Amino acid sequence: MDNFVNYLNESLLFRNFIEVLGGLDNTLLLLVISLPIGFVLSLVFALGRVSKNKLISKTIASYIFVIRGTPLLVQIYLIYFGLGSIKFIRDSFLWYLLEEPFWCGVLALTINTVAYGSEIFRGGIQSITKGQIESGLSLGFNKLSLLRKIILPIALRKVLPSYGNELILMVKATSLVSLTTYMEMTGIARKIMAKTFAPVEAFIAAGILYLFLNFLMVQFVKYLEWKYNPHLRLVDS
Amino acid sequence: MFKFEKLVFGDLGWGDEFLFATLMTITVSILSMGLGLCLAIITVWAKLISSRLTRFIANLYTTVVRGVPELLVIYLIFFGGNSVVMGIAKLFGYDGYIELNALTIGTIAIAFISATYSSEVIRAAYLSVNKGQVEAAKALGLKKFHIFLRVMGPQIIRHALPGIGNVWQITLKDTSLISVTGLVEIMRQSRIASNVEHSPLTFLVTAAFLYLFLTTFSGKFFKVLELNYSKGFN
Repeated sequence: MDNFVNYLNESLLFRNFIEVLGGLDNTLLLLVISLPIGFVLSLVFALGRVSKNKLISKTIASYIFVIRGTPLLVQIYLIYFGLGSIKFIRDSFLWYLLEEPFWCGVLALTINTVAYGSEIFRGGIQSITKGQIESGLSLGFNKLSLLRKIILPIALRKVLPSYGNELILMVKATSLVSLTTYMEMTGIARKIMAKTFAPVEAFIAAGILYLFLNFLMVQFVKYLEWKYNPHLRLVDS
Repeated sequence: MFKFEKLVFGDLGWGDEFLFATLMTITVSILSMGLGLCLAIITVWAKLISSRLTRFIANLYTTVVRGVPELLVIYLIFFGGNSVVMGIAKLFGYDGYIELNALTIGTIAIAFISATYSSEVIRAAYLSVNKGQVEAAKALGLKKFHIFLRVMGPQIIRHALPGIGNVWQITLKDTSLISVTGLVEIMRQSRIASNVEHSPLTFLVTAAFLYLFLTTFSGKFFKVLELNYSKGFN
């Protein structure tokens, strides 16, 4: 047993693993802030996208078009380097947030996930059949309770698989924030590589951690699917 | 703030540099998409034949590459690829130093990523072709090769095209990540230009517009292709 512990302590992969693990909290912090905000805003934007007001729906449509048509890296750089070069923003209170790479990352990730998420939710909302809404109306639901009791529950559980996909993409997207000097797992792996000149061990250690994070995310989404689709469960499970 | 005069062609602006960078992005995208499709076909084949080993390897490959950030895959292949190639060369008796250029490495890395997405699309398309049609073709006496060429192939393409269009958009956007290897494509060019001119906003907005143009334009192209391949169904 002692031999094994010694071996582990000396192996480069294990030491890298421990060091990269130190960046896990920074990665999680990005997700914990941008995902909930992104979820709520996605819902709001999806409702705006299907609204009858042409101005609102067209504005949101063009926002989605621009964000989905450009790489996330461009968006991160635009916020980190681009916004900082505008004097008006440097002088305003926003600068307290935007001079930190962390908040730039959060902003970019949120903007990105809202564009993809709202398209997913729009699909869910539009897939609700007219009959369901009509029966709600005939029962005397007003617009808000129609939304709360019929549209959202049905739409959300329908889009769970594709929104889960988007969540996994977001976990992967956090690695790009490392390019703005923010030290999360990928950033630390790069630092290790520069220090030890052993790239493979460093990046494999980080890769294992990302795989594990995504595995947890998949299980979480599966649990949600099981919980909110009781009508699809098998009888004996 | 936004300096249009920096974007002219010639020595005074960065117009021609951006033109070449755009061509580089298009080249890398097309090369890696093509290589990715070949890899995807091999992966699908490995998943569909009744060998447990190949299925396990193919599943491991798609799960791992899709569960790890694209940036990590690129770093791993860029920094670790050289030693692998040199190891293979050593097996064949060559003992010198080999360095692959950024274009090759970038193309291979993006192809590895794009192949995982394409393979899912192609597999779904393959499975959606009705089995009865193959049986009918067999009954008519068509050879295996002809069945694939005349019966399966066109239908697989028709089913796969919308998905392949999506994968193309993802691939095109992923090429921005190989800027970290120093290959001068749109993203790298905009960083170089903004460092020289101290005007990041100008060049990053230009890059965003170029990507938007490319994705929109190629999206239109795929729409036309889809219409062409579903002629009999409209």
